[in-house]
Amino acid sequence: MYLPNFEYFQPDSIEETCQLLSQFGSKAKLMAGGTDVIIKMKKELLAPEILVSIEKIDQLKKIEYVPGKGVVIGSGVIHNDLVYSELLHEKYLSISEAARQMANNQVRNLGTVGGNIGSAVPSADLPPILIALGATVKITGVQGDRTMDLENVFIGPGKTVLTQDEIITEVVIPDQKMTGSNYIKFGLRASGALAVVGVAAAVQVDNNAIKDARIVLGAVSPTPVRAKKAEEFLRDKKISDELLAEAGVIASGECKPITDVRGSAEYRKDMVRVFTRRALRKAIDEGHA
Amino acid sequence: MLKFVTDKDGVKRYLVTLKVNGNEYTKMVKANSLLVNFLRGELDLTGTKKACEQADCGACTVLLDGKPVNSCMILTINADGREITTVEGLASNGKLDILQEKFIEHSAPQCGYCTPGILMSAKALLNRNSHPTEYEVREAIAGNLCRCTGYVNYVKAILDAAENQ
Repeated sequence: MYLPNFEYFQPDSIEETCQLLSQFGSKAKLMAGGTDVIIKMKKELLAPEILVSIEKIDQLKKIEYVPGKGVVIGSGVIHNDLVYSELLHEKYLSISEAARQMANNQVRNLGTVGGNIGSAVPSADLPPILIALGATVKITGVQGDRTMDLENVFIGPGKTVLTQDEIITEVVIPDQKMTGSNYIKFGLRASGALAVVGVAAAVQVDNNAIKDARIVLGAVSPTPVRAKKAEEFLRDKKISDELLAEAGVIASGECKPITDVRGSAEYRKDMVRVFTRRALRKAIDEGHA
Repeated sequence: MLKFVTDKDGVKRYLVTLKVNGNEYTKMVKANSLLVNFLRGELDLTGTKKACEQADCGACTVLLDGKPVNSCMILTINADGREITTVEGLASNGKLDILQEKFIEHSAPQCGYCTPGILMSAKALLNRNSHPTEYEVREAIAGNLCRCTGYVNYVKAILDAAENQ
């Protein structure tokens, strides 16, 4: 397979990237790891005249802890850097484990955090766990920066609130009250498969009761969605198997899955019920592991 | 800053330097040149195979700065200034890599088409983790599809190579 002709830019800074995107408008496409853009170009779903690669911007490739802010993950960080990050192993192994479930090893060495969010694929593996942990994103454009909750970034399949000149520059996981978090994915194979269902849960446990919970469902709605009724139901209740099972039932009513080659809507709904229960149990028992 | 020339049709060719298997190559490439096609077509390194060409099968796996990647998903221009190892770069001074020796010993390849890719994934694993578990081996080669489905001997060979390297 070959690609059509296009022009290539490789800016060294975020400012220059935004300027190029603004200057060329809809003719230009932003590329990070390329695992989404190149495939779409091969399949003729995209034919940009200009590709703007952020590969050379080292500033976007850092994972660090900033006191008072939280864990800051640059948008150019590749999935395998999350998988092997000592900082994440210490603080949020759940993020490393979610990253580990994305595609296969070769793709994890190319695909970036910013790409996984920005391509807005409903079955993406990182957004559920990041949203469960209350992550915010920094978005930079020619006008400057804005920060928003990750859960508000998605509008629909392939659609985000980003304007043509904007790029995601960092994801911030704030210091947590949540005592545990987890992402469970079901794909048709162990490797290289998109999620049929992915459920992330974060819980704040205190004295054998749930103080607060966040449940995020992936691959079962046009965007990742929070199961807010289930979250509300769990608040200030004593932990029991029956409670978690009931939360699963409520969560399964909060998604709008489609039927496709990977699974039927009914199946997905029922898997949400089971996975919500399991993700909650794991987050309660194992912390952020 | 990338240097380029523009031909009479307005198509740009960019100057790139890649270090492949220890050798430096400076070439003019179009932006749409894919690394797998560059390696096979320009450098005649046909050990790297093409199959699915959509990052599913792993036949085109090469090491980019030591990490296994699908060369069908990488623009040659993106590999400018970086180090690439292909299956041709595994043997040195006429001596096969321990992985290659063990692949032969265990009769791991059947048709052999996926073998270069599996070798590169295995090489990257052993570079990072000299004593992997069976699970870690299986995870490392999970992005390499073998349509003869002969995974068992590959796993045995890689574990054996790890023990004897």
